[in-house]
Amino acid sequence: MTVLKQFLGATATLAISAGAALADPALIYDLGGKFDKSFNEAAYNGAARWVEETGGSYKELEMQSEAQREQALRRLAESGANPIVMTGFAFGDVLNSVAADYPDTTFAIIDMVVDQPNVRSVVFQEEQGSYLVGMMAAEASKTGTVGFIGGMDIPLIRKFACGYAQGVKAANPDAKIIQNMTGTTPAAWNDPVKGAELTKAQISQGADVIYAAAGGTGIGILQAAADEGILSIGVDSNQNYLHPGKVLTSMTKRVDNAVFDIFTSGEDTETGLVVLGLADKGVGYAMDENNAELVSAEMLAPVDEAAAKIASGEIQVHDYMSDNSCPIE
Amino acid sequence: MSYLDLIALLDSTFRLGTPLLLACLAGLFSERAGIFDIGLEGKMLAAAMASATVAYFTGSAWVGLGAGIVASVLFALIHGVASITFRGNQLISGVALNFLASGLTVLAAQAIFHQGGRTEALRGAARFNAIELPFTAQIAPVPVIGPLYSTVLSGDSILSYIALLLVPLTWWVLYRTRFGLRLRAVGENPESVDTAGISVIRLRYCAVIITGVLCGLAGAYLATALQAGFGKEMTSGRGYIALAALIFAKWKPWNALGATMLFGFFQALSLRGDIVERVLHFQIPGPFLDALPYILTVIALAGFIGKSVAPKAGGQPYVKER
Repeated sequence: MTVLKQFLGATATLAISAGAALADPALIYDLGGKFDKSFNEAAYNGAARWVEETGGSYKELEMQSEAQREQALRRLAESGANPIVMTGFAFGDVLNSVAADYPDTTFAIIDMVVDQPNVRSVVFQEEQGSYLVGMMAAEASKTGTVGFIGGMDIPLIRKFACGYAQGVKAANPDAKIIQNMTGTTPAAWNDPVKGAELTKAQISQGADVIYAAAGGTGIGILQAAADEGILSIGVDSNQNYLHPGKVLTSMTKRVDNAVFDIFTSGEDTETGLVVLGLADKGVGYAMDENNAELVSAEMLAPVDEAAAKIASGEIQVHDYMSDNSCPIE
Repeated sequence: MSYLDLIALLDSTFRLGTPLLLACLAGLFSERAGIFDIGLEGKMLAAAMASATVAYFTGSAWVGLGAGIVASVLFALIHGVASITFRGNQLISGVALNFLASGLTVLAAQAIFHQGGRTEALRGAARFNAIELPFTAQIAPVPVIGPLYSTVLSGDSILSYIALLLVPLTWWVLYRTRFGLRLRAVGENPESVDTAGISVIRLRYCAVIITGVLCGLAGAYLATALQAGFGKEMTSGRGYIALAALIFAKWKPWNALGATMLFGFFQALSLRGDIVERVLHFQIPGPFLDALPYILTVIALAGFIGKSVAPKAGGQPYVKER
């Protein structure tokens, strides 16, 4: 009990001293961890760029378990951090209940829509970026069979899969798409061994390009694909460098830009729904020296054409989450 | 189901079953000596982290394996000190070690590599690469046996073959050596062993150390053979599945091989929903197949598949004089 008292006292002091200072922005990473080489790392990169350009400082927290979410949010809000950015759909419910208790704090959530007056919801049109890498996969495939491996089976990941499938079919209507999900629990984001085994299973079914949208599990998928000599597609951050010459491209989601923008506008961050798609350069595909030899100019031409058409609205990519179904199985 | 489908499934089974087999044999030594070990998971995790780290810095998978074994044995010794010397509750000690490993591995990896609790990717000789068994090319064209040998057996890492060889070795040690006889006796009736003038404490420590070595192999297999590095919680409950397999196998080495490969087969099956659908003509959800090993274990425990009796003195610390 004494220990608890001391602890509470300490946090209270911390809260008071922090409140007196100028409000720092804060960033909370989801369970995948800060350096997941993917989604959370993209958020970190945005924050790092902001520090570099403005010299400011920010607070950050990494989630270790589901149970910490609410506590973490409240602690940061009470410490005076503003705005507070969190990555990941899983914060949705918690933020919905916590946001109302701190009306003066601006919250921002990425990948989820929370309808509260002081929350900025940033969502990406991943189906558009996935559509483009799907086209590239179909073009690069020699067997006419491509694969998709998702992390946890949730609508958001099905959205990736659906956009990808549409892109594959657009480039090659006869292509076969094999889809797998790693699991149905959050552990599915951190099981590289199972990811690798799924990759081998898809290869034995003929797949020679595999798109991994699976957080930490994706590391195992990219590794197995490189080991077996087939191509893979990374996700969220640019993952081309993980296995140079073996990763066809990466579907980039500019979480870094979103975080950077929020940090830059600070307490004046506009709340409400922000949708970032191809038109806003919120999603796209990654080209660098690691995959330059894999992607020829002839391959890119139709992809860029499609990108322009999607941005202008001429091509409509179906969003799985709009009706929880996909036109292509 | 075509023969090729079966071969693909068995190939996957062998890879997924190997870490289970190593962990199961590890548990077998400990539990046969009367020390319950729920900490297989933690030891594997510690070994995976240590082996990946050392293999990265030395560039040698073998040195990495050594480090993995050392880390795992250290954890095993803590379990030994707590449960043998200080006669603590073996289950609690095991659970505590699992928590310790889960946090410590991520902390150490983060401090060394700054990659969010992951180790740097291993390349070349820092990994146990796939090896071709002799005569693969000659046997491959033979019908039926050919693909079985060339695809399922050949082309895995050396650790897989070591794991297979450990099954007869474990059987031989347990049932054909003096050490094995004493080990089994100490798990059934430690008083009689003590009366014969043999140290129960020393025998149990030996068993716990062997458990550590085998878990070290299992962890190194995950991090340096199947994967190219350590990732947070990468064992994903395999230590617990191995425990279930051990019960299913009635604490016998050959049964352990069968049980772990059966569990590996279900895991492989859950990855290949397409084959299941082709055979049964309806879909079975993957999570159900994932759960099958546990369901089977419950059935085994309920006594439907013969009786599975644990070593009699299991879980009880030995007190010399009452």
